[in-house]
Amino acid sequence: MGIFGETNFFGGFYVAAKQVLRPRATTEYPAEKRPKPPRLHGRHVLNRYEDGMEKCIGCELCAAVCPADCIYVRGADNPAQAPVSPGERYGFVYEINYLRCIHCDLCVEACPTEAITESKLFEFSFTSRADAIYTRKELLVADDGRPQQLPWEDWREGEDRHTSGWMRATSPSGAARYEGEVQWSAELGYGVRAPEAGQRGARDDEATGNISLRETQRKKIPVRFGGRRR
Amino acid sequence: MGDPLFSHGVDLGVFIIVLVKVVVAFFFLLVSVMLMIWFERKVISDMQNRIGPNRAGKFGVLQTLADGIKLFFKEDLLPDRADRVVFRLAPLLSAVPAFLIFSIVPFGGVVTIAHHVVELQVADPPIGILFLLALSSIAVYGVMLAGWSSGSKYPLLGSVRASAQMISYEAALGLAIVTVILESHGLSTRTIVDSQARRFWDWNVLRLWFVPFVIFFVAGTAELNRPPFDLAEGESELGGGFHTEYSSMRFLMFYLAEFMNTITMSAVVVTLFFGGPDGPGFKVVRWLWPILWFLGKTVVFLYIQVWIRASLPRLRYDQLMNLGWKWLIPVALGWLLLVAAVQVSRTWGFGVFGGIIVGAVLLALARSTSRRRGELGRAGPRPPEGFERLGVSPAVADRPPAGG
Repeated sequence: MGIFGETNFFGGFYVAAKQVLRPRATTEYPAEKRPKPPRLHGRHVLNRYEDGMEKCIGCELCAAVCPADCIYVRGADNPAQAPVSPGERYGFVYEINYLRCIHCDLCVEACPTEAITESKLFEFSFTSRADAIYTRKELLVADDGRPQQLPWEDWREGEDRHTSGWMRATSPSGAARYEGEVQWSAELGYGVRAPEAGQRGARDDEATGNISLRETQRKKIPVRFGGRRR
Repeated sequence: MGDPLFSHGVDLGVFIIVLVKVVVAFFFLLVSVMLMIWFERKVISDMQNRIGPNRAGKFGVLQTLADGIKLFFKEDLLPDRADRVVFRLAPLLSAVPAFLIFSIVPFGGVVTIAHHVVELQVADPPIGILFLLALSSIAVYGVMLAGWSSGSKYPLLGSVRASAQMISYEAALGLAIVTVILESHGLSTRTIVDSQARRFWDWNVLRLWFVPFVIFFVAGTAELNRPPFDLAEGESELGGGFHTEYSSMRFLMFYLAEFMNTITMSAVVVTLFFGGPDGPGFKVVRWLWPILWFLGKTVVFLYIQVWIRASLPRLRYDQLMNLGWKWLIPVALGWLLLVAAVQVSRTWGFGVFGGIIVGAVLLALARSTSRRRGELGRAGPRPPEGFERLGVSPAVADRPPAGG
């Protein structure tokens, strides 16, 4: 119980003074955004094939698996003259209530056609209950394949790059021989995305759009947690 | 002695000069409080790896103004069980002394304006530094009555703590001031400053060998109810302490008084121990340099205050009382005797050794007494065979979750 040393009386002064020279931990949020973790669960999108067909076949598995009961789907037969999806049926009502959604991603797991995936967009603050319910029109990706920006959503250039659940789709489920194999269909606006490298470590972040937080946040990681020495 | 401004009677010119000094000091204090709150928030955020206020104005300087305006327009609540008169009086009792104490601080040298010799301080009463003690005692009433009149439990607890704390530390504060008075041969703040002028080794902090300065600074911080002595507020245990029930303008007054007192206390430390406006000047604009020296030294102490706040956790109540009664007061008293002995020995020559010996013996006695008491208090009764002895610091793993 001395009075010197970092955990004792005068050490407290040293610790506080030391901080003045260190970089700030603050990110000035609305002006500047931190990069998002690659597997963040944001709001959903309904994907389309490269030819513009919707991937959703109205099977309602997502609604069945949803633990929060936030998805409402009604399937209908495709009109013979102008089919919406390649299959027999399509989802003609598709609603997600974001006041209930817990972003567990189970709907994405359940979907047999990769129709519903989760984007990285989580900054949406609607002001009415009606706005909280996203309809099929709003969830569907636009003709350029990017998610539609609703008036109350804050997302910026480049943030759509990490939409859709393509990384989940590349997940080899523990089977090593599927690692790095492309296992999902082409997507409107993006085509076939490069596979995620998984545990082999031979990753191509440029191609996959993955962000390594360890790289981007490098300055803010203390040395004792593997950060760069300054 | 006394203010040379009044040596030729009071005419219109003198009146105007006094009025200008009062108005300037008033607005200087208000603006500096605004800047101090901003400064504190910025510095403390520096020390906590944050950015701090940066929205209102350049670097967030106007944040305090924005907060003040917000507080101004908030509802002024008066609790049902509050003592209406006292509840309204208490903030004034806090704020007014805060303004007044600054009036005795010399913030510059002596200038001549239209044949009037003007000391750059609002007032130079003959009682000088005693004015500080008197007013800081009144400020205790502000805090105490605020808690008492709120008609609520937590504020009451806060005010009980505050009154006990502020009264205990006032003794050490006073004793430290007495050493300064002995060394500087005068109560008037101007005399004290003048006695330290020109050479920095004449500053009281060196002439009195640091100890009274440390005592004054610690006791002053306690007197201000600033961290780590902010038991009266104790937001974690008392939900805000004595000002829990206050809102709007009245809360603003406590807030104002707290930071104003911080500035004043730093200014007083500078005055008493660091030569006030003393420092090397230059031929151009002679009157300006002392003011800048004074401001610079004050800012240093304000920074130290913020640093202390960022570094130290709040004291436990018994630690607070231990520090005040068993350390500061005995040491201050012993040091006072030493200083007095040295003073006397200047005329009585041989007395210096006797004085030092008496002082040292008393100091040692006080120290050993407080230590013995402390050990007895910490250890408690001897435990039965096979049990761990109380008071012996247990291993970290065995410690109970709450301190006690």
